[in-house]
Amino acid sequence: MENRPLEYDYTVAKMFMFTTIVLGIVGMLIGVILAFQLAFPEVNTILGQGLAEYTNFSRLRPLHTDAVIFGFTLSGIFATWYYVGQRVLKVSMAESGFLMFIGKLHFWLYLVGVAAVVVTLFMGITTSKEYAEFEWPIDIAIVVVWVLFGISIFGLIGIRREKSLYISIWYYIATFLGIAMLYLFNNMEIPTMLAASPAGESGIGAWYHSVSMYAGTNDALVQWWYGHNAVAFGFTVPIVAMIYYFLPKESGQAIYSYKLSLLSFWGLMFVYLWAGGHHLIYSTVPDWMQTMGSIFSVILILPSWGSAINMLLTMKGEWQQVAASPLIKFMVLGSTFYMFSTLEGPIQAIKSVNAIAHFTDWIVGHVHDGVLGWVGFMIMAALYHMAPRVFKREIYSKSLMATQFWIQTLGVVLYFTSMWIAGITQGMMWRAHDEFGNLAYSFIDTVTVLHPYYTIRGVGGLLYLVGFLMFAYNIYKTMTVGRKVEESELQNASPMGA
Amino acid sequence: MNIAELQAYGYFALTVFMVLVLYGYIYHLYSKKEDADGHDYEEYSNIALRDDVTDTPVSAISDDKEK
Repeated sequence: MENRPLEYDYTVAKMFMFTTIVLGIVGMLIGVILAFQLAFPEVNTILGQGLAEYTNFSRLRPLHTDAVIFGFTLSGIFATWYYVGQRVLKVSMAESGFLMFIGKLHFWLYLVGVAAVVVTLFMGITTSKEYAEFEWPIDIAIVVVWVLFGISIFGLIGIRREKSLYISIWYYIATFLGIAMLYLFNNMEIPTMLAASPAGESGIGAWYHSVSMYAGTNDALVQWWYGHNAVAFGFTVPIVAMIYYFLPKESGQAIYSYKLSLLSFWGLMFVYLWAGGHHLIYSTVPDWMQTMGSIFSVILILPSWGSAINMLLTMKGEWQQVAASPLIKFMVLGSTFYMFSTLEGPIQAIKSVNAIAHFTDWIVGHVHDGVLGWVGFMIMAALYHMAPRVFKREIYSKSLMATQFWIQTLGVVLYFTSMWIAGITQGMMWRAHDEFGNLAYSFIDTVTVLHPYYTIRGVGGLLYLVGFLMFAYNIYKTMTVGRKVEESELQNASPMGA
Repeated sequence: MNIAELQAYGYFALTVFMVLVLYGYIYHLYSKKEDADGHDYEEYSNIALRDDVTDTPVSAISDDKEK
């Protein structure tokens, strides 16, 4: 047998890096279109009345959310798993033909799933459950993809050389288990072809159509238990997994306190699952449940800040690296945005604040400072760190990366500040009444007042998209023309061209 | 006692149990420096810093299986 030294095999990581970038562009582009539709309704029919069905807000909105959540973010999670997993377990995918096969199958089935989602959502085929719009055949396909992800995780763990599981691995495992549980329970549904009406009809509706097993308040409870914990196990847990690996590695600094990472992990696991009720404050769910959702949301600050502070303190004594490296900037600002949005969320979950915030644009602003500032920044930073190691070339341009950082930061700031003002204005106007209790404003009054802020939001989103295209270009150039580097240059700080 | 009441008591008991487990774990974690294998917890940070495939694991799985 050939006696080549053992190396990590990034074949599958590369495949998922590709979908991270492509689906990121698609999801964010649709997001920008939606933002401008809200500011300028004509954009709804931008391709003419004939195609209005495919370009209107309601058809595109689930495509935006699903493309950025299940496309961009999930691909980023998979890409980093197939990179970080091997490295911290000290075992190469090349050592197991079985795991390599599973990894590739995972990718290709995922791609089939993505294609099915894009086509069906464009056609308007949906279960109408937010973030769970896929009909049952696609749900089953997604479960298979997820099981393959699980086999990859536990398969790699099974053949590891490092006995102790690094903190990131715990977070990846939690992602796997959390999403599996949430997805299965929220998507319990009955295909309508199996149902019979009281009149005795059977085989109702299209074969792919289904209805949820839950109804009314139960449906709302399960839906927001799912919806909020999708934020937990999709936007928080795996992203924390990434920063616990990539920030120490890129900066060459050990985690400030490994113990604190363990404490925060179990704290987060304990608290997060209870907080979803805050989406249903002042609705028809039991009052104690609303209060519990509110209280647990406030407690959630502790484990969230435990992780975020741990990350910032990891840079202790090394802050010059933040100034010197745009890659570190992305992660440090990401961590800061994580602190910021995990403080903002609990504030919104306080009942009296929620009375103003509920259903307003402030919620949209909150989601986006989290996903743009934290999730997006961290995934891009992870891919920037991975690129030189995966392609054995230096990052094409440091100055392009720095420019991208500032453009996107400005974009995020414009996005959340405009949504704060819009949201609070909206909340106050909805509540305002005269001395007899008559509402002071009609709906259209709020629309008129909010128009400038919607425009600013559109511009903020556009800046973020421009930055993302710069990121895609930088990675493409890294892959194709970046200077070739030796293994010795890849220890800590990533090599970057001018 | 009907099933809903039983569920409620069960739920409460489980919550109390999990709180105890969590606090027990935190106490366990911060009352000692080393884990059961005799490793200082902070050493595990090196799993990320020294992660080349040829690097020595911080706490290696026995080599017997690798033959």
